[in-house]
Formats: sequence, C-alpha cells, structure tokens
Amino acid sequence: MPDNNEKVMALPNTPTPGHPVKFDSDLCIRCNKCVDACVMDVFIPNPEKKGIPIILHPDECWYCGCCVMECPVDGAIKLNYPLMWRVPWKNKDTGEHYWVGMKNPPPPNTKPPV
Amino acid sequence: MTRPQLNMEWPYPISYEKETEISSDILVLGGGIAGCWAAITAAKRGASVVIVEKAATVRSGAGGAGCDHWMYAVGGNPHCPLTAEDFLEAMVAESDGYANGIATYINLRESYDTLLELEQMGAKIRDTEDTFKGAEFRDEKTKLLFAYDYVNKWCIRVWGTTFKPALYKQCKKLGVNIYDRVMATSLLTDGGHQGTRVIGATGLNVRTGELLIFKAGATINCMARPDRIWHFRTETSGLADMSSPGGGGGWAMAWRAGAEFANMEASMQQAIAVYYPCQGSAHPRNTWYACDIMDANGKRIPWVDRDGKVIDDVSARYHPADGQKLLYFASTVYDYMTPAHMAIEEMVQKGELVLPLYADLPGMPEHERRALFGLMVGQESKSNATYRNYADAGFDPDIDLLQGYQMLTGGGYGVGNVGTGKWGTGLAYGLTIGGRAIRRPTSGGLVVDWDLKTSLDGLYTAGLMFGAGGHSAAATSGKYAARKAVEYIQRASAAPVNREQIEREIERVYAPVTRSDGIDWKELNNGLNKIMQVYCGDPKNEHLLNMGLMMLDDLKDVAASAAYAPDPHKLGRVLEVMDIISSAEIILHACLARKASSRALGFNRYDYPEMDPDEWKKFITIKQDGSRPHIGELPLDFWRDAEKNYEEHCGL
Repeated sequence: MPDNNEKVMALPNTPTPGHPVKFDSDLCIRCNKCVDACVMDVFIPNPEKKGIPIILHPDECWYCGCCVMECPVDGAIKLNYPLMWRVPWKNKDTGEHYWVGMKNPPPPNTKPPV
Repeated sequence: MTRPQLNMEWPYPISYEKETEISSDILVLGGGIAGCWAAITAAKRGASVVIVEKAATVRSGAGGAGCDHWMYAVGGNPHCPLTAEDFLEAMVAESDGYANGIATYINLRESYDTLLELEQMGAKIRDTEDTFKGAEFRDEKTKLLFAYDYVNKWCIRVWGTTFKPALYKQCKKLGVNIYDRVMATSLLTDGGHQGTRVIGATGLNVRTGELLIFKAGATINCMARPDRIWHFRTETSGLADMSSPGGGGGWAMAWRAGAEFANMEASMQQAIAVYYPCQGSAHPRNTWYACDIMDANGKRIPWVDRDGKVIDDVSARYHPADGQKLLYFASTVYDYMTPAHMAIEEMVQKGELVLPLYADLPGMPEHERRALFGLMVGQESKSNATYRNYADAGFDPDIDLLQGYQMLTGGGYGVGNVGTGKWGTGLAYGLTIGGRAIRRPTSGGLVVDWDLKTSLDGLYTAGLMFGAGGHSAAATSGKYAARKAVEYIQRASAAPVNREQIEREIERVYAPVTRSDGIDWKELNNGLNKIMQVYCGDPKNEHLLNMGLMMLDDLKDVAASAAYAPDPHKLGRVLEVMDIISSAEIILHACLARKASSRALGFNRYDYPEMDPDEWKKFITIKQDGSRPHIGELPLDFWRDAEKNYEEHCGL
C-alpha cells in the first residue's frame, strides 16, 4: 500500500531509458572507476560518502560496456538493456524461446568469451 | 539513493572562464585510436605531446571498447600474397573512383607492422591459448587468426578489448600529457584570422567549465566526424553512433578556421534504425560473417557465390572463386564480391521462407561458431557487453538460435544491427537488399595531402576522415600524421596566441551558462534534424537546399541567443550541437554545388537528374571565406601515383 504520509516531490519525467546500468550494492567497492572511464560521462560520484555512483544522464548511455570492463569486481556493475532491446533466441532442439530479462530465466552460460 | 535528486549539487568545482595555458610541440585533439597512435609516435620521436579528450582516454572513441577485425594488413604481411597496390585498386573500384587514395594506401602499407607494434605494447593479437588449434582460419606457426578471405589473409581476428588500455598505458609511459574531460572547442590561428596557420586550440573542461588554451607547434585533428545530423533520439540507443561518440566537433572547428573539405555532399539520410545490443541480433555480415541464417521452421537460406550459384560448402564462403583475386568484405564490385545470401524478400513474400529468422550458430562448424560468438562478438567494440549479458541470461551458441531483427524486412544490414545510430553522414556499410550491399559512398571530410596535412599549415588530420575509416586506418594515419607533424615543427617558427580570438571564443562558449533559462540541447538538435530531413532529404533540389540554409541561419541565431545549459556537461552538449549545425551548413552548401546526380555518391537531385555526367566526375571542395563558402574541385585521382608519393613522403 502506498504511504500517504510520505512526502511526494514535484519531479519532471525521468529520461528514457532510465537505468542503463545496474549496480550490485554488496559487490561494488565504491572505487568510481566506472565514473572515471565512462565514454559519455553519464555518472557522477555519489555525494553520500560510501554511496554507489549515480547515473545523472542515463539517456546518454552508449551501451559500450566500458564501465563493466573497467570495474575491478565481476558483477558489481552490469549493463541493463532497455525493454525495446529484447532479442529472443530459441533452443534449436526444443524450440523454446528465451530473452534477456525474462521471468524464470535459464541458468547462465558460464563459458567465457574468447 | 540511486536516482538523482533535485536538491543535489553539481559535484565538481565550477570555474567558468578560468584560464590555463598549456604549451607543447604537438597537440593531439581527440584521444581515440588515431589520437593515441599519433601521440605515441610523436612522443617516441622526442616531441612533447598533449592529448585533449572529451571523455577518458583509457576507453574513449569508437575503438575504445574493442575491435574484432584488424583490416587491410597487406603490405609486409607474410601471410598475404597481394600487393598494397592491388588492394588499393579494389578499394578505389568499390567507391566508383571516389576514393581518397592517401589514407587508404598508407593503411595498406602500414597496417600489418602497426599490429605488431601494438602487440609490443601488450595487446593480444594471437591465439596463444590454442583455442582454435586446427581451425582453417588459423596459422599454426604464427597463431594468427584470419577472417573473410582465408587465402589472402588481409583481415586478422583480434582481441581488441585489450587495445585501448594498452595504448593508454603506452601514452602514459612515454610522458604524453593527457587532458581528459576536456572538449576541444576551437582552433587557434596565426593572428586570429581565418585561413592562416593553426597554432593551437581552446578546450572546455566539461566537468568544471574551465577554459584551457593549448599552444602547439603542430596540431593533429583526430576528432572523427559528427552524427545526429538527420536523426536523433536518445530513447533508441542513447546518444552516440559507433563512429563518433565524441560528437565530431573537429569538422566545425576546422570549418571556422577556414580549412578545406571535400565530398561533403556524399552525406545522406539513412533509415531510422531500430536498435539492439551491439552485434546482438542475428545477421550474416561483418562481425557475423559467414553465419548461416534459417527461418522459423529451420529452413536455411542458401548462400550464393557472386554469380548467384548456390554454394553448399561453408568453407567456400571464405575462399575467392576461381579466377577471383580477392574477397573484399561487403564489396559491391563483381571482381571482389564475397559470397552472400540469396535475396530473401521474394522468398518471404511467396511463403518459401517464414519469418522470423535466426542465426544457426549450432549448425556452424565448431571453430567458426566459437570464433563468431565467442571471439568476434566478445571482442568487437561495444559487443563484449552483449556477450556477457546474453551468456548471463543463458544464451549458449552451441544450442541456441539467436533471432535476427533486420532480416524481418529482408534487408538493411545498415539498419542498426550493430547497435549504432544511423543518423549520420553517409552510409558506412551501404543499403542492402537481401544479402548484398548496393551502395557504399566515400565519406566526406578534410582535404589532405601526402603529409596528411589539411589546407591549413600546422593542422594535420588522422582517424575517421575523408575517404577512410576503421580501426587500423585510424592507427596508421595517426602514426603517419604524427611523423609529418614532428618533421614540420623542426622548421616552423613559434606564433603567439591572438587574445582577441580567445575573447571571441570565451563569449561564444559561455553564453549558454550566462542565461537562467532557454532552449536545451536536445531540442536544438531535433530542430536541426527536422531541417535536414525536410530540406536535405533524398532527392534534393535547389529550392529545398536554399530553404534549408535559410532555416539553418535562423537556427544558428536561436542557438546563439537562446541556448541554455545549467552545468558544464550540458554546456558541452550545447556546443556539440552548435558544431553539428555548422557541419550541416557545410553539407547543404556542398549539395548545392554538385549540379548533377551521382550513383557513386548516393546523391540524387530532382533538378539535375543525370547520373554522373563526365564533367561532374570529380570531388567538390568547399571552405569558408569570410562568411561565404568558396567552392573548388579536385580530380578523382588527385592522390596518384600512390606508391611514388608514399615513398617520397612517408617519413620512414
């Protein structure tokens, strides 16, 4: 249930896409290497000490994944594709369809890129 | 808290108009692949070097996130039986003679050696883990892997995610002074005049708003070229195209300084792309060459040779046909055409093929499959993330068929499958019908000579440029331009900065942050796009183009008097759009100047419908002279004889 006592602020629309990356707050070590490396400068350091970086310009993300590549902790940051980017695939034998972001996804394929 | 809040302060110290002067022998504008190679080369020759980079040099530029193919490794490549001259003719034929043989030939001569130099810096170029042992495309002795043409081996599959960090490390090691988060805004010239020698540049720090004044003996423009000229929408794929994540302000800066451009009318609207993760939907070209595609019922689309004859053998896709000299990827010229799919539109319409289509990775030979999805997609710029995300979500190329979106219409490889913004200038890969490209015009840009010097003394250029582009071309042109720039500074005298020029630039740059409200950069960009869509569409005519200039003048007034930015980052974005507007102006003028249509350039006019009449088989050049454009011309073969000129000028 929404809380009628919680203050509601007057905010404009958020940009689209809104969440080009997702952080795992437990894994992120707050080194800000993603902030330093971002090709489009979408992040700013969090004004709260020990806060994970804030995505100030999510609509400018270029989805290059350099933040992910520069991050020293595997899984701390991930690119998050927007809804309009879902490309399905199907199992050649069973014909069953899958896509990034589906409910009940199959287990990850852990083979690394070459 | 993860979302920005309205009560957050700008996190960097604001210092609008604070000036700092920096001097160096060589000034490199743009820290991408070309810029890094230029800086490294100049530094190795003892020059003091500065790089000015809008983003972060460790990963900036189109090639920062990776590279799958190292191309045009012809000269000096022991695996390649072709000569650079042979391949040059193939590339000239590909663009119907509208080629800039200079950067093209330099690349063909130096690409292979440059790759070896890159390896010395710590980049990975060989299959040292023996992942592909026994593969047809692998040389067992050198462990190099090849793509496209397994006979001529001019294209090498590489681990490009290792490249930019290696280049960056080398820059630091050689003492290159890197100014990250600084956007170059103007070229400084002798006396502050248009058309005189370039003596430096101004830069805006896009986090603090400071002004940096760079003085240098020679300047190398490595700022690629602009996008977002005809279309722009952040909702589809964020802000940038593969070619120019930096905004491409180099064109506008050079134009304002009076430099000469060529072939700017070969710039046209492309289909609004439907974007997907980079290399993240199925297709049989480029990074995905030569993947089998099947329909919804598992029926494979036949591959055909250049004569339209069906070929059953997968291996045959990578071998020139009998009597064929070489395979040149995506070639539209019969002599060099690769095998491709049958055109499928008719088959789909007749029901012989049922949509949607899928990549049959499981059906590909194991080495090709692993190379294609594991290596190429894993290492190409922007697609490493695709590999990771898809693998995390369970995608396994051994058992899964990835759907192909652009194949839904039976064509349009250029329609966003590589995750790029097809809003830009020219067609990078060409329109396609079915499996085969039908056009690939040469891109426009700064006129260069065999020193890679522009028409302005003191200004060199490298990277994505008039008639050349791609990763290896950026690397080799960066090196070459640096060699020539370093030679130049041995004989050039110093020139002081003109204070009035600086003052004019300060006023121009900071106007948007002096206002408390106004028009934001996105609306400005969209305003430009509408003008170009309506008045510089396809086909064109005199009335429309002139109206385009009139509307553009008005837009420039609006930008100058009402553009608004609340912080240094958005100030940078406003200035980017102003630069894009200048580039649009060059294009409109160049379009007016070509009074003929051209199949070669993808250029069509209602009022001059004749295709490529003899008297128009030339490059049209253009530069600013005061506020009027000055039109000139260059013969198509202005750069010949390539071998002779290269030997005379290369500085090796």
